[in-house]
Amino acid sequence: MLARRSFAPRQVHVSLLALLALYAAIAVVQPSYLEPASVMNFLRRAAPLVVLACGQLTVLLTGGFDLSMGSLVTLTVLGGSILIGNDPARTWWAIGVLYLIGLATGLVNGLVVSRLKVPSIIATLGTLLAARGGALLWSGGSPRGYLPENFRFFGRFMWRHVPVIEILPVAVPIAAALALLFAWLVHRTVFGKQLVAVGDNPRAALLAGVRVGAVRVTAFVISALAAVTGGILLGGFGGVSNDVGQGLELQAIAACVIGGTQLMGGGGTVLGAVAGALTLFALFTLLNLLGLPEPLRVAIQGAILIATMASGSLRRGAAAGRA
Amino acid sequence: MRTRLILAALALAWAFAHGAHAQNFNDPQAFAEQDKLLHTPPQGPAGQPWLQWVGGGLESTAQFKKPGPYRVCFSNAGVGNPWRVVGVTDIKAEADLLKQDIAAFTIADGQSKDDKQISDIADFVNSGKCDILIVSPNTTAALTPAIEQACKKLPVVVFDRGVNTNCPVTFVGPIGGYAWGIQSATFMADHLKKGASVLALRILPGVDVLETRYSAAKRIFDQRGVKIIGAEFTEGDNAKTKSIVEDYLNRFGSIDGVWMDAGATAVAALEAFEDAAKPYPVISGEDQEDFLEFWQKHRLTAIAPTYPTYQWRTALIAAIRILKGEEIPRPRWNLPQPAITQADLAKYVDPRMPPLFYAMCGCQDMPGYPQRWGGK
Repeated sequence: MLARRSFAPRQVHVSLLALLALYAAIAVVQPSYLEPASVMNFLRRAAPLVVLACGQLTVLLTGGFDLSMGSLVTLTVLGGSILIGNDPARTWWAIGVLYLIGLATGLVNGLVVSRLKVPSIIATLGTLLAARGGALLWSGGSPRGYLPENFRFFGRFMWRHVPVIEILPVAVPIAAALALLFAWLVHRTVFGKQLVAVGDNPRAALLAGVRVGAVRVTAFVISALAAVTGGILLGGFGGVSNDVGQGLELQAIAACVIGGTQLMGGGGTVLGAVAGALTLFALFTLLNLLGLPEPLRVAIQGAILIATMASGSLRRGAAAGRA
Repeated sequence: MRTRLILAALALAWAFAHGAHAQNFNDPQAFAEQDKLLHTPPQGPAGQPWLQWVGGGLESTAQFKKPGPYRVCFSNAGVGNPWRVVGVTDIKAEADLLKQDIAAFTIADGQSKDDKQISDIADFVNSGKCDILIVSPNTTAALTPAIEQACKKLPVVVFDRGVNTNCPVTFVGPIGGYAWGIQSATFMADHLKKGASVLALRILPGVDVLETRYSAAKRIFDQRGVKIIGAEFTEGDNAKTKSIVEDYLNRFGSIDGVWMDAGATAVAALEAFEDAAKPYPVISGEDQEDFLEFWQKHRLTAIAPTYPTYQWRTALIAAIRILKGEEIPRPRWNLPQPAITQADLAKYVDPRMPPLFYAMCGCQDMPGYPQRWGGK
């Protein structure tokens, strides 16, 4: 326990350093990335991943995985365009329905995991397939409509002529506010401590009076709601497309791991998840700027995931040896 | 240690990226042939491009003649993208139009997997329930042996992506990738000054039709003194397209033209100009409804080369004509490959249709339009 606690913040520092190093590399390849507007644009594009990583973190802390996130993002974007049907007046109603879909998905994930005792990696793989299939079935395999400007506001709008930073994309304060909310939830509330307790040792948590099932279900619901939020931001940024959410669940998990989260549960910080998301996004940006093709990007992401985990557990082993 | 691993991975990545390049996607002879076909008037009924052909003549198919009605089997590579969704709707609608000649029209969905499609074809051939087989191959090399096997048992029509065999009765397809590059780049060069900057946005490397589109466009831009400031791969992803264009706008301040090897993300690219408060570029997109509407609304200087989905109709029409023993263009049925220009833009814009509906479908007069294609 002690070793873990001292471990987490150190891993955050490492990912912050990696973020700075990667951003410096980006700036070498493309000096315009040092301009304030470019930094803001970078943050705007990374915002959805930041939100997804925060949501994923709550599930990872309990020792689970949420693989359904990416499909839920796709479902949000395709479903949003169908529900709105090119009528901006229906945007708010549609957003409400999308969050209800998210709530339902999270409940299903959580209940299947906690009541039916299905491992979360299988349960959420099931909802991944169901949500992806549902999205394609609902849309007939091709986007059925547009997202109106008022829906796209969150992912697209930016204030211009802002002092110092030049532009302020609305997605950036949204992601920052959500990150603060998650930090408060995870690190300052009883619920946050229960998340860690459930992930660290569910039996001990149960004996200590934690309602393990309820905590798990809540974590999955929070993760699903974060996925819907990520979908709204991504749909806002890029518009409707079929594969908008593809692979995002793994990116969110990778972001958390880079930020020092333990995949077996019980350890991780929101600051780490945010730093990890920005690090991963900086890496993607750098690989794009270097002109590397997508399959390599995926391969490198995998390699880094393994390397981070390995270095984390090696160091943990060393720390435990010293203690 | 992690940093060292990343560096190693990066080094490896570089090595890979500059490795394998073999096939010739920049063939001056093919370029010249397609350029010539582009300027050859099509034969066949005017106003029905799916029945027309460019170059070559009609040849007999009398040896395949059979009494109708026919059982037609169609092995489809898949419906994994919006272009194929429109196409498969076209061919189903055509089957309804030809229903007096068709006893059964069976489609097997290959789910974009070679092995699935190979077994689909074998199942069709062995079922004895097909008078003719239509194939839209998932990939060229992998499907060639399966199609050669099928040719021994029954007549075969191939369309869209090609195969490395002449055994099919005919291969149906538009003129080709070079023609696309010629149409788009010539238009852009005509509307740009010498020395103007163009950003090329491509989907992926290594796909023959996409590579030839780019090599032809590059050849023309080079000849006309238009500068390609970058060629980037978008993977057809809106968010990535927008990010790339944003980065280029940051770096160069302005971009005069955007060339695309496929138009699904054209609107995302144009939005990057909007978000950066820059004037719209001269652009070549494709016949997607969202791009056409954006073009009309913002009065762009634009062109939309097409890879017409009406070829799906033609494949079925060819199959029925073969079984009737009629004359058809063979061994290759080159379809006209029109580009939508300002002059006929209004004809193709239809706000009832979904964003990634491909307007060059030849389906506007078919029964069930627009609802059957997802319109309102």
